[in-house]
Amino acid sequence: MDQTLKDEAARVRIHLSARATAPGARPAGKTSDAEQSKARDGYLGELARAACEVFEIMVETSLDSATENSSPFVSDFTAIVGIAGSLCGLVGLHTSSECARRMAAKMLGTDEVTAGEDVQDAMGEVCNMIAGSFKAKIAGLADGCALSVPTVIIGRDFALFSLANGEHYELTYSFEGKPLSVTLDLHS
Amino acid sequence: MKPARILIVDDSSVMRKIVGRSLRQAGLDVVQILEASNGSEALSLARENSLDLILSDINMPLMDGLEFVRQLRSIEAAQHIPVIMVTTEAGEAHVVQALSLGASGYIRKPFTPEQIKERVMPLLKG
Repeated sequence: MDQTLKDEAARVRIHLSARATAPGARPAGKTSDAEQSKARDGYLGELARAACEVFEIMVETSLDSATENSSPFVSDFTAIVGIAGSLCGLVGLHTSSECARRMAAKMLGTDEVTAGEDVQDAMGEVCNMIAGSFKAKIAGLADGCALSVPTVIIGRDFALFSLANGEHYELTYSFEGKPLSVTLDLHS
Repeated sequence: MKPARILIVDDSSVMRKIVGRSLRQAGLDVVQILEASNGSEALSLARENSLDLILSDINMPLMDGLEFVRQLRSIEAAQHIPVIMVTTEAGEAHVVQALSLGASGYIRKPFTPEQIKERVMPLLKG
């Protein structure tokens, strides 16, 4: 991989996970380490189930877990959906524009999608369904939280900061051999 | 069962296409599929066309799906049209609210063509 891309991957990753890794960062809520660990496992597990369910049903493709040897990637297509209510945060779907086009084509049952609007729309809807499916799987969240309309960001020269001090969860997958990640950023 | 004229309401054009494809994959005899991107557009189409079924999202700009159902039920000629909500908002409170406003059923996204068929067929036969 080109050194510039490697550096950029590291930069973006630091921005997205800063709250979980920075010195002094607090995990969401005032709970014990054991409770936090249990909640973290629960959120990650349900987020993974939600992502896999949405891809299998709506994109008609199973997600493969990324291997430990997978190279870091820089997404240039990001969809974000906000969760607000008893749990507040952001669900994100990050991938390349090539992968996003392929996802849109699979959803629409065509060989390829040329219209940029369809690709953005598809990415936003997939992220929206992952967020909806995730909150439906966590007790008390289905009625306790509302979802925002999806936001889609194209390009890789951006940094995402949250004013709240919460936890960052990230799942990495391979979609037809192309890297993709699903993130959950919780507000404390 | 006569060929059906169905209205799909969703602010996502991709989702409207997927719902339309699912209806065809389910083997339904569809004479025409109309599309609207919000509740306001859908009300106009419901006034202008003889519809057999409406599938509507909830979270939409301008007029959401719940307000659309509420206003649709106040139109005498449209009171009989079955409306199925198709949405990511699957909480019990949303379901109860939609049904109390006059929705006929509920499908949670993500959905399979089989789930669409299961909900739609009884309403078209009925």
